Amino acid sequence: MDTFFHQLDLVLPRFWSGVWLTVEATLLGGALAFVLSFVLGLMLRSETLVLRGLARFVVEFFRGTSIFVQLFFLFYALPGLGFQLAPLFCGVLAFGLNYGAYGAEIVRGSINSIPAPQWEAGVALNMTAGQRMRRVILPQAWARMIPQFTNLLIQLLKDTPLLSLILMADVTYVMQQVRQASGNSIAAYGLVLLVYLVLAYLLTLIMNLLEMQAKAKLGEGRGVRGLFTARTAPGGAGSPGGEGVVGP
Amino acid sequence: MATEPANPEADASATAPSAACIKFDQVVKRFGSNTVLDHLDFSVDRGERVTLIGPSGSGKTTILRLLMTLEKVNDGVIWVDDEPFSHMRTPGGQLRPANEKHLSAIRRKIGMVFQQFNLFPNMRVLQNITEAPIHVLGQDRAKAEARARELLEMVGLGDRADAHPSQLSGGQQQRVAIARALAMDPEILLLDEVTSALDPELVADVLNVLRDVARETDITMLIVTHEMQFARDVSHRVLMFDHGRIVESGPPDQIFGNPTEERTQRFLRAVLEER
Amino acid sequence: MNWSAMGDAFPSVIAAFFKVTLVSTVVGTAVAAALGLVWAILGRSRTRWVTVPVKVVVEFIRSTPLMIQLFALWVLLGSLPTEVIGIAMLGIHFSTYMSEVYRAGIDAVPRGQWEAATALSLPRSHTWRAVILPQAVRNVLPGLGNYAIAMFKYTPFLSVIGVGEMVRTAQDYGSNHFEYPPVFTLCGLIFLAASYPTSLAMRKLEKRLGH
Repeated sequence: MDTFFHQLDLVLPRFWSGVWLTVEATLLGGALAFVLSFVLGLMLRSETLVLRGLARFVVEFFRGTSIFVQLFFLFYALPGLGFQLAPLFCGVLAFGLNYGAYGAEIVRGSINSIPAPQWEAGVALNMTAGQRMRRVILPQAWARMIPQFTNLLIQLLKDTPLLSLILMADVTYVMQQVRQASGNSIAAYGLVLLVYLVLAYLLTLIMNLLEMQAKAKLGEGRGVRGLFTARTAPGGAGSPGGEGVVGP
Repeated sequence: MATEPANPEADASATAPSAACIKFDQVVKRFGSNTVLDHLDFSVDRGERVTLIGPSGSGKTTILRLLMTLEKVNDGVIWVDDEPFSHMRTPGGQLRPANEKHLSAIRRKIGMVFQQFNLFPNMRVLQNITEAPIHVLGQDRAKAEARARELLEMVGLGDRADAHPSQLSGGQQQRVAIARALAMDPEILLLDEVTSALDPELVADVLNVLRDVARETDITMLIVTHEMQFARDVSHRVLMFDHGRIVESGPPDQIFGNPTEERTQRFLRAVLEER
Repeated sequence: MNWSAMGDAFPSVIAAFFKVTLVSTVVGTAVAAALGLVWAILGRSRTRWVTVPVKVVVEFIRSTPLMIQLFALWVLLGSLPTEVIGIAMLGIHFSTYMSEVYRAGIDAVPRGQWEAATALSLPRSHTWRAVILPQAVRNVLPGLGNYAIAMFKYTPFLSVIGVGEMVRTAQDYGSNHFEYPPVFTLCGLIFLAASYPTSLAMRKLEKRLGH
């Protein structure tokens, strides 16, 4: 154990920059996924067949092929086709596209779950289609999206060790080196698991804050207790997340 | 879905001013194979308050939803203020199905209060009322808010401007919904079973507000309700519906006191026994 | 770029798909489905001494990356074949998700069923077996199916502990022949061809069972 802490101490700055890289990739990938979720999700609801078909194709493609394959394609195969991307860019792009495809279904499903009378009330007040969507439907759908986005974000976080496979010095990569230098594999992997546990908890906390705020706007405050409720896995019977199941 | 009007020679040019504010001309509405309105003809005069009664499924609510453009007619023409509503005039004087712009222009005259209130849960009470005046009519915020507070006073909720809809009782929500509809200054107000979703003890407050509106304004009202006493109090005329057709029509005293049609008598008896 | 490499690599890649990827998915799903049910039933135990530890373990496994868990189990059980370790960890990881599916499915069985069983003095174990679970099954099938598909797409992670699954096989071929684009395209197409029809079937099943 002493060797382990000694070795860890030697690489401590690299350890922290590894943690930061993990956080950075999660946030950037999450941001790209978030934008794509809305673009693709709204396209999925379009009345124009071409837009809808295009979005459907993109969504099914990125949900149907593994994130693992997508990342390896971007990193290993694209250079062979004449495009060399920076590793972090590969990671962010793969996470963004893969999780954006899942997020699109969340956006579509949440908008569709707002009862029709809300749209009708907008018509009765003579709002334009855009006003109905922006001012009435989206604010309500948003509150329903957040918990599902939280799940996606945690899933994305848990996919970030993939970065070590494309030779980025994320927390997993750094700890692999500590493991080899110290010979203490259990402590090394234990520490990585702990880092992820803490990160997952922090992200959940932040997302719960957002959710509370969105719910408060709808007058559905659960108070501070809501902050500490654990995430539940998506895909329970009858839950709208059924199709949005991603995996670990 | 709207097809050619039933009477193509409908003289779109002859706009001789009439008292009719709303006119249904051979209107047909089908849902699948179910014909809800069957070549319906009726009209409502300006300032008139008309109540539609009849068993559920008889097409009353569909009439309101057609007027609110929430549904489209399958055949026939609806006129509002002598303007074709479901249709628009071409330069040649013909009628063709209305586009969104035309619908929006004519929708401006009409307000609706729904059975389930349909307040926007993402807005507080005051914003529910000012939202459309500001963003649809282009009123400035101060003016819209002043008017909204006035209306809230009128419906007895002057102190709940900052509440969330979810913090209000059903009756209070419905009164806000009435204020929201009135804030648009509609010429025509559609009331779709506005007390049906309320607990019995909350019904009276809502109906009293509507009685005030009826007494103090000259808004044309089309009312679907099961509250027969209220219908008797406020309406000028009552229409009894069954299977998409008008069975009987007349002043409330006649319909409720001395109905001639057997179908109306049977319906009223059933409603009274329910109480 | 030599796209005919796709055809050349196909026999070994598809062989790895059937022998490793598919087998891992099927066995892993069986493990996850069984273990997930155990978590769900233990989670409904009446003593906190059972429910709290179960919740902590499930929450921990669910909140941390599969890849690190694979490394950790590999270190702990180094003497076992990597295939066994990989399948076990896949199963354990996904069991924490499936337990949630079971929990929701069991919750969806009306309270009155428990009460009726109590009124008939059925023993608790018999109530589970004969009354609750048969009714919960229809609630959970689509959810379990969706996770099976998700697990399928996570089998490439087994390559990190040296399991020669499909993507690893393709990668080896690619690095030997300097032909990455065709082989990874091939992998993607195989994943798509296998998972898309399955998820369509799941959606149909979901509709049929009335969700």
